[in-house]
Amino acid sequence: MAETRSLERRSPAQRPLSPHLQIYRLALTFLMSGFHRVTGFGLYFGSLLLAWWLLAAASGPNAYAKFQWFSGSLIGEFLLLGFTWALIHHMLGGVRHLIWDTGRGFGPQEREWLAAATIIGSLTLTAIVAVVSYFATGGAR
Amino acid sequence: MSVVTPKHFRTDLARVRGRGTAKSGTEEFWLQRVTSVAGVPLTIVAIVIGMLLIGRNQAAAAQILGSPLVAVIMLSFIVCTILHMKIGVQEIIVDYVPNETLKLALLLANTFYSWVIGLICAFAILKMSFGV
Repeated sequence: MAETRSLERRSPAQRPLSPHLQIYRLALTFLMSGFHRVTGFGLYFGSLLLAWWLLAAASGPNAYAKFQWFSGSLIGEFLLLGFTWALIHHMLGGVRHLIWDTGRGFGPQEREWLAAATIIGSLTLTAIVAVVSYFATGGAR
Repeated sequence: MSVVTPKHFRTDLARVRGRGTAKSGTEEFWLQRVTSVAGVPLTIVAIVIGMLLIGRNQAAAAQILGSPLVAVIMLSFIVCTILHMKIGVQEIIVDYVPNETLKLALLLANTFYSWVIGLICAFAILKMSFGV
């Protein structure tokens, strides 16, 4: 028993580490890979906004007024816009991953095209959502 | 090179860290795909619902969010995305945190956070649905 324990506690061998991010030339595919993780992680904390919104709506007029005050403020609008973009970008990046899961889309042109489509698509759709939302609320308040 | 002669019949993998094989591990991989497939239409509809509610007062927002179809869609969106984000952040923690104690603490925190957010959202929708 003592022998197996010492085996378990043996520290890992000191092996050279493979190069990390900084060694590679910045490419759009590389950037979009990072964006997918970063937007996902951002949405993790953005879910607080969703929880606040729903809880406020369920609580009553006063609680909802507080949320609306925040969401109407400059920082609130910025966060909601960022949340919307992150959500759309992560969704499109997810579609890209689902295409890859079928074994397709790995060709040299395809992957560049997919990466470009992800960022152009997310920015375009976010702009549409923002403009429609802006006019839906009657423009500037 | 000194190789320890095993005095037992456990496999090399089973002896790694003395914790045995995981015996499972594809469930979360699969669940992440399932929730991403379901997440695409749910996200689109949730964004549209969110846009429809901009500028409305609490009574109107609660009425719309609590109406049966919208409530079921929002609940599906919440369950789907909370499961997805919990697995996703778990993956990030496992990738970047080498310290075992810190990793364990963060994995616990991730589980708690995901459950709390999910329950808050689900409770709010149900409350608006059932009135009171």
